[in-house]
Amino acid sequence: MLSVKNLDKTYPTGQYALKKCSFEINEAQIVSVFGPSGAGKSTLIRCINRLVEPSSGEVHLDGLQITGLKGKDLYNARRQMGMIFQEYNLIERLTVMENVLSGRLGYVSFFNAMFRRFPQESVDEAFSLLERVGLEGYHNQRADALSGGQRQRVGIVRALIQHPKILLVDEPTSGLDPKTAMIIMQLIKDLAKEKGIPAIVNIHDVKLGQDYADRIIGMADGTIVFDGPPSKVTEETLTMIYGEEDWSKTIRKVEEEEEE
Amino acid sequence: MVSSLVSKAWKKEHFIKNPLIRWIIIVLGVAYLIYALNDMNLNLARMRSGWPRAVDFFHRMFPPDYSRWSMIYKGVAESLQMAIIATTISILLAIPLSLGAAVNISVKFIYVICRAIIVAARSFPPILVAIIFVKAFGFGPFPGIITLAFTALGFMGKLLAEAIENIDMGQVEAIRATGANWFKVQLYGVAPQVLPRYVGLSIYLLDINLRASTIIGIVGAGGIGGALFNSFHRYEYDTALAILIVIIAVVLVMEFISSKVRSRLQ
Repeated sequence: MLSVKNLDKTYPTGQYALKKCSFEINEAQIVSVFGPSGAGKSTLIRCINRLVEPSSGEVHLDGLQITGLKGKDLYNARRQMGMIFQEYNLIERLTVMENVLSGRLGYVSFFNAMFRRFPQESVDEAFSLLERVGLEGYHNQRADALSGGQRQRVGIVRALIQHPKILLVDEPTSGLDPKTAMIIMQLIKDLAKEKGIPAIVNIHDVKLGQDYADRIIGMADGTIVFDGPPSKVTEETLTMIYGEEDWSKTIRKVEEEEEE
Repeated sequence: MVSSLVSKAWKKEHFIKNPLIRWIIIVLGVAYLIYALNDMNLNLARMRSGWPRAVDFFHRMFPPDYSRWSMIYKGVAESLQMAIIATTISILLAIPLSLGAAVNISVKFIYVICRAIIVAARSFPPILVAIIFVKAFGFGPFPGIITLAFTALGFMGKLLAEAIENIDMGQVEAIRATGANWFKVQLYGVAPQVLPRYVGLSIYLLDINLRASTIIGIVGAGGIGGALFNSFHRYEYDTALAILIVIIAVVLVMEFISSKVRSRLQ
């Protein structure tokens, strides 16, 4: 589905954000990306949909080479990748429905977008997705009137209405309380499975990331230092990713899991 | 314990820390002020002799003479039209100009051009611009409209560009991620964030243009200003006062409307 090959990102100042990052996703799995702040997690997913321009390397999505695309081809490629953000990034002054339908901007003309004329099937889908995430009846509320958890649900719906082939998720739970964070992670996981698409989820919360992931990628200093199933994540792995610390309280015990 | 503490004096540091430089600046400043006062012939004798003339002038203004009402009305109506047309032109042109002049949206080359236009439009007061355009296009409201539109464009372009530079770029990024092209990104990512500011500035601009449109007539750029200037020239101070009262009334009404609208926008 997705293949990332030797992705490099160096800034004009000479600082590097990514060094030779390679991985492949071949099934509809949830991939949690761990790593300390500044390890390059955000840059990695932004290089995939080219919000950040990679310095070199290749990204392929379903056989289409994303790197090197220009203009309309790039916009069309971005439509196939739904993005969910830290701090939600909703258009605060617009309504929930406008925010959801903005996910269809890649499919409508400028003037139709301006006068909010979206095809009926998009509106139908928007209503049913809002209902699916528990926001029935909120469509005319302004985004800035919602709580954090509600906003992130709108963010999820905005990404899904693009009919993406993959979800790129950047710290979806930062700023949310622990319970809401779990609900949001469950929702992302369920919806990705329903739609049969993979999701790459950057996440700081190691426990949460392990609980909802099928696979973990660990990053440190711009490189991928770990790639494997959650059960293979040990204290040594975390030390490799984040540095020396007592991880015994953080990590999910394999033995515990077997008892359950 | 307390008695053993040595008290330490504290004074706020001077803004200019070096005392020598500080005193040189103070002495030079005062010296220049004294020189300028002498040079400008600002003296009491002149003020005393001018006072009776000023009183006489004010006496001749009363009562205001509205007998030439149709002329006054025509002039004020023209000023109003000039202000509305010029405001419309400048708020429309300000959209591309401010996008080009916002460092977070624009590219270097276009940014420099747009900033240059803004600096040029803001360098001269309307009356100077009006003199130039009257020379170029002849008398009448046409050069007046161009003058107002040009100076207002500088004002609007600068403030709107600043508003755009302060937006939350996360919202812009989210719209880019949907596959929207540049224009749609401006429409959904940028416009909603600056819309209240845009409407507020537009109304404020109409306010400013209305005031300016009463002045630029003095140099022949249309509106009520020409009539005002002529009546002073012909020593018809009572007509001049009538014109001034009408201008003040129109400006006050405008002020009232714009403050109402702007408070609704909050």
